[in-house]
Amino acid sequence: MGKWTRRAFITTGVLAGGAVVFGVAIRRGNPVHKVSEFMASENETMLNVWLKIGADNSTTIIVPHAEMGQGVHTTVAMMLADELDADWEGVTVVEAPAHEEYANYALARGFMAGDIEFPEMLVDTVNGFFLMATQSMGLQITGGSTSVQYTGELAMRVGGASARAVLLAAAAEKWNVNVSELQTEKSHVIHSPSARRAPYAEFAADAATLSQSPVPVLKSSDQFRIMGTSVPRVDVPAKVDGTASFGIDADLPGMKYATVMAAPVFGSVVVDIDTDSVADMPGVRKVVNLDDAVAVIADGYWVAKKALDRLGITWSETDNAGREQSDIFDQFAGALDSANENGDNNDDFAAGNVNDGFAAAEQIVEAEYRVPYLAHATMEPMNCTAWMRDDQCELWLGTQNPLGFGMEVATALDIEAENVIVHNQYLGGGFGRRAFGDVAVQAARIAADVSYPVKLIWSREEDMRHDHYRQASISRFKAGIDSAGRPTAWLNQYVEKHDPEDAPHIPYNIENQLIHFADSASHVPWGFWRSVDHSLHGFFKESFVDELAVAAGKDPYEYRRELLEENPRFRDVLDLAAKKADWGSPLPKNVGRGIAITRSFGTIVAQVVEAEIVDGGPRARRVVCAVDAGFAMHPDGMAAQMESGIIYGLTAALYGDISIHRGAVAQSNFHDYKMLRMSEAPHIETHIINSGERTGGAGEPATPAIAPALANAIFDATGVRIRELPMSNTVFPDESLESKDVA
Amino acid sequence: MITLKINGDVRELDIDPTTPILWVVRENLGLSGTKFGCGIAQCGACTLHLNGAPIRSCVTPVQAADGQEITTIEGVTAGQDGLHPLQQAWIDEQVPQCGYCQSGQLMSAVALLARNDDPTDADIDLAMSGNICRCGTYGRIRKGIKRAAATMNAATEVPTNG
Repeated sequence: MGKWTRRAFITTGVLAGGAVVFGVAIRRGNPVHKVSEFMASENETMLNVWLKIGADNSTTIIVPHAEMGQGVHTTVAMMLADELDADWEGVTVVEAPAHEEYANYALARGFMAGDIEFPEMLVDTVNGFFLMATQSMGLQITGGSTSVQYTGELAMRVGGASARAVLLAAAAEKWNVNVSELQTEKSHVIHSPSARRAPYAEFAADAATLSQSPVPVLKSSDQFRIMGTSVPRVDVPAKVDGTASFGIDADLPGMKYATVMAAPVFGSVVVDIDTDSVADMPGVRKVVNLDDAVAVIADGYWVAKKALDRLGITWSETDNAGREQSDIFDQFAGALDSANENGDNNDDFAAGNVNDGFAAAEQIVEAEYRVPYLAHATMEPMNCTAWMRDDQCELWLGTQNPLGFGMEVATALDIEAENVIVHNQYLGGGFGRRAFGDVAVQAARIAADVSYPVKLIWSREEDMRHDHYRQASISRFKAGIDSAGRPTAWLNQYVEKHDPEDAPHIPYNIENQLIHFADSASHVPWGFWRSVDHSLHGFFKESFVDELAVAAGKDPYEYRRELLEENPRFRDVLDLAAKKADWGSPLPKNVGRGIAITRSFGTIVAQVVEAEIVDGGPRARRVVCAVDAGFAMHPDGMAAQMESGIIYGLTAALYGDISIHRGAVAQSNFHDYKMLRMSEAPHIETHIINSGERTGGAGEPATPAIAPALANAIFDATGVRIRELPMSNTVFPDESLESKDVA
Repeated sequence: MITLKINGDVRELDIDPTTPILWVVRENLGLSGTKFGCGIAQCGACTLHLNGAPIRSCVTPVQAADGQEITTIEGVTAGQDGLHPLQQAWIDEQVPQCGYCQSGQLMSAVALLARNDDPTDADIDLAMSGNICRCGTYGRIRKGIKRAAATMNAATEVPTNG
């Protein structure tokens, strides 16, 4: 078995293609009896680990992913229900517990250690695709836009189809008829020749004794009854009446409240805590030294916060304390320069020879772009409730990685991983932030100090200043174009590579390409941020190709179209966005139009933005989005994710700016880390292509294209080329805002 | 002692009168539908009604509500069966994503429709721009408000003999 690095885990998805995958849903021995003990009550029969059928013919579908607004509990359940031919009205969805049959501890240990020895029992063949699939389920990780692509396609559909097959076999046996004469509809088996119709529940017990195929026949898209429809999401009703339970809503007997302050400068530790000022405060229970942070436990959050603010804390001095944001950008620029001088850039992608391309060029175009650090700013601040009893630690929180958090807590408390029980709740936003277990470790360490359960809540200020940030970066481009305007060479050098691997790559037909990067670590913690590296490279690539179109004197849409001549799937998406946006039609004065196209997480997205300058700053008024994710399992959910990804990316493009001052994050709350609001939200329309290509993700792919599409629209409106984000820092000269003639 | 009329119930509480209403509602009264977002009246997640007007409960001390009426998302139907037309519209338009901000969004929207039964886009911008949604559900919130306004107006239309 090969070892797999953390990066390999994240990026193997791109290696996927055409592999025959089996055994994911139906593992050898179908270990359903182990699960039944705790998953099924007396009146229920488990058919496989993802599915149980009740005596009342209801269907319960078990989903190994967290709901954070992306609709995953609905969408992947639909995939199983459709293959099962279940009655959707009778479907209940539950999230899989962190039990060994769902959650693979051996795998998680390897993942946490940074390398993975793959257990033989889980896999029959190991390739990148399979690994990604098995891990995203076995590790119960929600991220990387994987749920529908992997869990849905490989576990839910297979699980549903296999279960249907054994239900049919059991019915055929009982009725003494040929299985080929049987049909299914809405959780019933039908035998037309004898006009018999009976609920699945009648056959479930017998079916559960039969062996299920890991390679059942799946439906073709024309046979779908639920997939491809927009059924109402199962999590919505609880989210309109206040009953949805998020991590922060955990409520336990005798529970106390805590809040925390970590060292403002990353890397500092506690030297001294002066607790005199809180000694007499009513309701204060305890001050806890967490080495790099200080927590106060009290009878309520408000008291804890007041006490924390009063504490005198001395932090250690480190070299980081003198760092400014400008130092970090200087460091990045220096790293790029020295990598060129020393010839030690890291190769990312190469084709042809860029020097030949430059030699053949009529014109050279160069540009440098910069993006800042970004915080996630989930609406629900980080929080975790922990209760330590004997050697067992229970956690209540919303997490994208329950098993990983459990591992981290087990390591921190030096207890067995199996003794950490994670009760996952609804996530009040994830976006990658809730893949990091820092708050769970803090809560567990605080709870380990006392006998009662403790709910740890971070203030918004703590949340903003102790995130795991999207990296700041610089990207430099140099391209050659020939007399016809076509690119002859594409040279790109940037700082820091994370994931996914393909983020800096371009879909355009350019013969000579060199994409490489320099490492330049900073003391600012890094984290997955919605679409990860695509969030920066989308802006870099699609801004620069726009600059090439301008240099070539061509229309930016037509220019991209020509360069996509060998990439028809991209071209179809681009064409749809342009058509729906009425590309080329006259616009009001001072309104510009911009376009961008990206592929991320297996999904191609093109966006056309109409934008103008309002009150001195850019404003997107309309966004037309075209998307090809292969097949949209839940079209309205797909549209919702496009809207969401666009607003998230637009907020960052316009306002997102985390900067370092004296080694710490300068911003603290929504007054200085601004969010897009209702009055600035553009009208968004989404148009879906079901190309039938392999299913892609939905949660992230809308984010990368919006910043460049907006920047390109602002260029069209004003002639000002935005090469640095956020756009709120761009100064528009008066002449750029003068009325331009309508074309 | 502080006396609160909360969702129609009268509750007497022996608490620090400077405690923001948000924490009293969540921790002392066990009504967790009202959310903590920022603590400085910037995001609107904590919006509830004080005597029918939307306020930011994270910065309003509970003494300001002594003897007054508080309505939270849990009491928005005022004891009547079923959902408020805005809640139904939120389901019909599939508004929520993560859902964390939606109690606050709904409380702002309920207050808007209570004083303006036919809001324009500008009215909606004005009433709703204090509520942040990181999932970007603004477009659907706008549709939800218009749908609910239409439902409520249809229900109150006086039949004519025409």
